Amino acid sequence: MRRPEDLPRPAAPFLGFARLLRSHAFAIAPEQVTSFMQAVTLLGSRSMNDIREAALATLAPSPDRRGEFETHFRAYFYSDAKPSIGGKEEDETRVKDERGTRDKENQTARQEKGGELSSALEQLSSRNFQRDADELGQFRRKLASALPARRSFRTTRTRSRGALDLRRSLSEIVSADGDIPSPLLRRRQAVSRKLLLLIDVSGSMKLHTADYLKLAHAAVQGADRAEVFTFGTRLTRITSALRIRDREQALARAAALVDDWDGGTRMGPTLLAFLSVPRFSAFARGACVVTLSDGLERGSHAELEIAMRRLSARAFRLSLASPLAGDPRFRPETAALRAILPALDDLVDGSSVKSLTDFILSLARPAPAAASIWKRIS
Amino acid sequence: MTSADVAEVVASPEAIAARLAASRYLADDSLATAIFLAIRLGKPLLLEGAPGVGKTEAAKAVAELLGRELVRLQCYEGIDAGHALYEWNYQRQLLAIRHAGEHEIDIYDDRFLIARPLLQVLRAPEQRVLLVDEIDRSDHEFEALLLEFLSDFQISIPERGTIRAATQPIVILTSNRTRELAEALRRRCVYHWIGYPDAQREAEIIMLRARGVAEATARAVANAVQEIRARPLAKPPGIAETVEWANAATILEKGGSPWPQAFRRAIGVLIKDEEDLSAIAPELGRIVEEALG
Repeated sequence: MRRPEDLPRPAAPFLGFARLLRSHAFAIAPEQVTSFMQAVTLLGSRSMNDIREAALATLAPSPDRRGEFETHFRAYFYSDAKPSIGGKEEDETRVKDERGTRDKENQTARQEKGGELSSALEQLSSRNFQRDADELGQFRRKLASALPARRSFRTTRTRSRGALDLRRSLSEIVSADGDIPSPLLRRRQAVSRKLLLLIDVSGSMKLHTADYLKLAHAAVQGADRAEVFTFGTRLTRITSALRIRDREQALARAAALVDDWDGGTRMGPTLLAFLSVPRFSAFARGACVVTLSDGLERGSHAELEIAMRRLSARAFRLSLASPLAGDPRFRPETAALRAILPALDDLVDGSSVKSLTDFILSLARPAPAAASIWKRIS
Repeated sequence: MTSADVAEVVASPEAIAARLAASRYLADDSLATAIFLAIRLGKPLLLEGAPGVGKTEAAKAVAELLGRELVRLQCYEGIDAGHALYEWNYQRQLLAIRHAGEHEIDIYDDRFLIARPLLQVLRAPEQRVLLVDEIDRSDHEFEALLLEFLSDFQISIPERGTIRAATQPIVILTSNRTRELAEALRRRCVYHWIGYPDAQREAEIIMLRARGVAEATARAVANAVQEIRARPLAKPPGIAETVEWANAATILEKGGSPWPQAFRRAIGVLIKDEEDLSAIAPELGRIVEEALG
């Protein structure tokens, strides 16, 4: 085996650069380093830019972290500015986990009126800490089979109900010497739909965000395909943090990712930002979208209305779970809620983990549209 | 084209960029470098970018550059091996069995094999370039199948045995990034992210693609589109739409509309979403005026 010291001297910087990237949590495989060096050899390293291009092409940093990558590159090969600034700039954009989205609006003030207003109401909602853990465990186990299903293009063998499996039938016919045995069938598989959780982490939801994140963790662990975003004044994708199996660790990582805890709510603009990123909005297509928010929007609700209408046009089912709806006296009477009600498939109680898990597990069962239910009650 | 010719064509990234420009595709330095590395290192090329930045066009241009036929595999949710690798022609097999009567017949002959894109490329790697388009639309299972294909360039047909490629075929994958691809797949490829071009390059592209458009118009269109893309739209206009817009506005202008109006009336070919249209409408006049200078 060759040790790094045995490598020809000029190769050392490239190896070192790969090591530097790894230490900053870029996933770089040994074969990629080999290709990197091959690429540099091929290009003949006429200029620094060739080395940069080779690094980009072979080490394949994800576009989200391109800026960070460039900073490391500059710091390493040109030894200029400290790389610690890299990546932090991205955090300033409203949409996290996405490069190139502009942040036009400035940070809004952290003070929120809605906070006091809703916390008074929240005292009504009951919580039971002890029960939650079992509740979530059960939820996780049941979720994959409970989500609504769609038919996939993939087929499985079946004994009844299905189309003829020509390939297998033919080989049966051949092996039976021309006799046609009972036909063999295939059927299209059922695949569970995607689950998208949008969690409001603004000040008015303070009491519930911890529970919601636990629920989100269980959902990511249990469902085949789930995505979780938090929004307040910004939008943050926390799915990758929640993929960690251990709950405490996952929640700590997620908490570190989000930087608009307990701030204001700009639900409309953040949801629009979500929709304007193609790969996020594509995930919403045909998915069950559950928004966990009290729907208390700051300022005008015009943008919220547009965002909800767009979301519902994409989603298989769009639901809003509001902690305020746990109160029997609750009516969707704020201007914002009234405006978005027609776009919603469900407006349900989100005040406890139990009611939420029950609701998400029942997503496959058809229910009347939210507007008609709430009209009947009020 | 033999491998010696290929080596000549792809002597350097600059040579590739020049040849691509000759086949009406303007590649920037880093795309040319990525194509160069992919061909010379014998790895697949993975192109990612927003819809409409010319990923598929790039693949077509590479095929033209090498003088090879482009075999395209369009991915979609639920694509399976039967659509990507091969399929037996059962009807013909049954007929053949009937026809043969008492004679012996090999129903797993080439005549009964329908080659799908991956097998087609495997059979003639020197004449074809494989394009796996929009791989992010396929399921994870299909990605795994592709991974196997891309690492060994071989396909096993149970009735026939394993078919191997004589030489490594050139493969280009594209993705719109609607979901993250498997790390293993990214790792095996040479990677390039195609962004929207800057105004200068976009104007060049418009002039190259739409012959009837004047240079001033092309610049104005490119500037206006840059401005429009800066807004939070549900579907930012791609390059193809930009070219169409320049074309449409030119046609309208020849038909008698003055410039700013021609742009405004042709907006339907640039922005194809009702909500985006109403969001941009109030500012459109200003944007066009500014771009026209």
